[in-house]
Amino acid sequence: MDSLVTHSSILAIAIPLLAAFIVPLVSKVGDKARNTVVIGALALAEFLVIILARDIYLNGLHVYTLGAAATDLTIPEHYMVPVRIILEVDAMSVFMGIITTTISLAGAIYSISFMKEETGGDRFYTLLLLLAVGMLGLVFTGDMFNFFVFLEILSISGAALAAFRTRFGDATEGGFKYIVISAVGALVVLFAVGILYSQYNLLSIAALAQAIQYTALDKIALALLVVALAMKLASVPLHMWAPDTYSVAPAGTTPMIYVASQACLYGLFRVLFSLYGVSLDTLTIGWVVIILGVLSMFVGVTMAVHQSDIKRLMAYHAISQSGYMLLGIGVGLAVLADPQALASYGREAISGGIFHIINNALYKGLLFLTAEALFFALGTRDLNKMGGMFRNMKYTAIFFIIGALAISGVPPFNGFTSKLMIYESVYNFSPVLAVIAMLVSILTLASFTKAFQSAFTGPALPQHDNVREVPKPMLIGMGILAVAIVFFSLFPSLVVDTIVTPATDALIDQAGYIGAVMGGA
Amino acid sequence: MSKIVRTMSNILIPLVFIFGLYIILHGHISPGGGFQGGAVFASGVAMIIVAFGSASVQKRLKEHHLSVLESAGALIFIGLAFSGLATIFFFNFLAGSAVFGNIPPSGSNPGDLWTGGVIPLMNIGVGLKVLGGLSAILLVMALASSGIEVEE
Amino acid sequence: MTAGLPFNIPFLAVVALISIGLFIILTQRNLIKLVMGIVIMESGVNLFLVSLGYRTGGIVPIFTHAPEGVMVLPVPQALTLTSIVIGVATTALMLSLIMLTYRHTGDIDAEKSRRLKG
Repeated sequence: MDSLVTHSSILAIAIPLLAAFIVPLVSKVGDKARNTVVIGALALAEFLVIILARDIYLNGLHVYTLGAAATDLTIPEHYMVPVRIILEVDAMSVFMGIITTTISLAGAIYSISFMKEETGGDRFYTLLLLLAVGMLGLVFTGDMFNFFVFLEILSISGAALAAFRTRFGDATEGGFKYIVISAVGALVVLFAVGILYSQYNLLSIAALAQAIQYTALDKIALALLVVALAMKLASVPLHMWAPDTYSVAPAGTTPMIYVASQACLYGLFRVLFSLYGVSLDTLTIGWVVIILGVLSMFVGVTMAVHQSDIKRLMAYHAISQSGYMLLGIGVGLAVLADPQALASYGREAISGGIFHIINNALYKGLLFLTAEALFFALGTRDLNKMGGMFRNMKYTAIFFIIGALAISGVPPFNGFTSKLMIYESVYNFSPVLAVIAMLVSILTLASFTKAFQSAFTGPALPQHDNVREVPKPMLIGMGILAVAIVFFSLFPSLVVDTIVTPATDALIDQAGYIGAVMGGA
Repeated sequence: MSKIVRTMSNILIPLVFIFGLYIILHGHISPGGGFQGGAVFASGVAMIIVAFGSASVQKRLKEHHLSVLESAGALIFIGLAFSGLATIFFFNFLAGSAVFGNIPPSGSNPGDLWTGGVIPLMNIGVGLKVLGGLSAILLVMALASSGIEVEE
Repeated sequence: MTAGLPFNIPFLAVVALISIGLFIILTQRNLIKLVMGIVIMESGVNLFLVSLGYRTGGIVPIFTHAPEGVMVLPVPQALTLTSIVIGVATTALMLSLIMLTYRHTGDIDAEKSRRLKG
């Protein structure tokens, strides 16, 4: 069991990768065997991430060196710097890993009934598993070039999944926009990695963090990295691709593509907190992140209010919610150099932002899945053509209510808890920002009330008379996320103490991150 | 295409294929390797498609078989990767065993055949995957642009 | 390479390629030309990575018992190879999506083949 925990970080990446290439051969046998292989691989990856998480909360950081004589031999004899690819998993990485595997498992279960009607099923599951591999690799890696490679893996699989339903013209358009934006963004990331390599001759994040001095070339690399990662996570003003891509992706994969952009959010924080850390001018960069957050919140929700396409509405709300995370963690970054402010409200701001990531992944994923369920049952995404579905689709309506109340920050759901943490701490930093955040929350509630009324209440339209509830696998997929939301709402302090606070400590503690790899040198 | 083109490509095709496979197999001691050799091989396939037309190529070389070749290459690569996880699942059984003999000393050692360790085997895996994948892409694009539907 | 010249020619070529690529991506409306712009920009970044490793007067990094002297760095060459492979996959995906867009809308102009707005 011990060796399973030691190898769990690389096995959690390798097992879905192996399953991704076994799927085309297994699907000759039949559909049931293929579904079993996919769900089995993702469930096994989730199990490995959970036991890794337990070990990290007990014993601290976990470092895995690929191809060395022992897995924690990061610097071999007679060497000064690490020379192999190193996976470095701290509490923040495993937090994102838990989110990734849960959403992938729910999405894969949800897609089983959807794929009965489509052909090319083996390619769909290969791409889905590759997307999960890309996300897990991105959050577990401790090496900058490895970060770039996994970023490209998840971009290519995400774009191919978004364009999967090729019989619709707008699906190919959404996928094309995603791949063009991702290709340009990843090239800019590679350019920045090249600049850092040219100065210090190092690629490992911990080694770079120890060696970095904030020269002019480093500032250029920081600017390029922040812009490219902001483009990938769909923050305003670089958000134009997100509504198109999220609205055309097939069932079950929209939450995964959304969590992929949250993984890029994690990458941004890893670069800002662990790679540069206290060597950068935290007040200026913190304000840049705060401004990106406030713009995303505001523009996202105002564009969402007048949408008539339900998935586009959800996509704009997704952009707006990632603004909350940028706001919370930006405030924490801005006061990173000031220990007294950090202790009093900075730490709570970062905790609020991190807690919001997991809450958002859960309820946004649930809302995307309910929107796709409506599309599956009714054949349309236009809110004007829906009405009165509460009688026919009771479970979907209940899940929609849970998700809508959670996203608007209505107590006692989990959205309220994380938003309260953000409001309190941001108010200490600057009261105007807290007021804007509360205003955005009110607009979110208004928008979802309108959507619920259009879709579920009111008179039923005659062409939807014989619509039934969606099939069982879809309900199970939505049910997993709904149960998780209810659990998080009932025990928020348990969740915050167990998962979120270690992640906050790990993110702020740059010295621990460096020391685990460089061995206290 | 005209008779001149078809005759010349008949002569050149085996040379291009052999050159591609040579680059794959010699990847550990000369410039080259899995991806480069696979790309050269796929350019040979592109020459066949241009010279003979995609419909007649589709009769003999199905896109489905190329997919199987590609998956096999990926499985060889990942299977060899799993063999590097010491202690629980697979040992690193290749070093110091009957397959490779003793670990060769470093430096110039003429006469020893297996001096690259697992690198030549991984090159073969990657080479199979790349040649299968790029040939499948070229064949499907040629078929789609001439209006013929590809069966699943 | 820099002997006799007051500036570094490879890095000038990198700047030229990246700026030409970026200009094409921002201004061209034909989708195939957009993909060509991305490929040019990719070539520029790959050239940047390779020319980072050059050391003046260095020899090829393939010897085990090398003669005396400085060797050119081999790590950026491996990074560039990975980047070229990723570029091939991305280009193949983009071109396939353009072919599907042409089949649906009959046009490969970025303005005329847009359907998702608002």
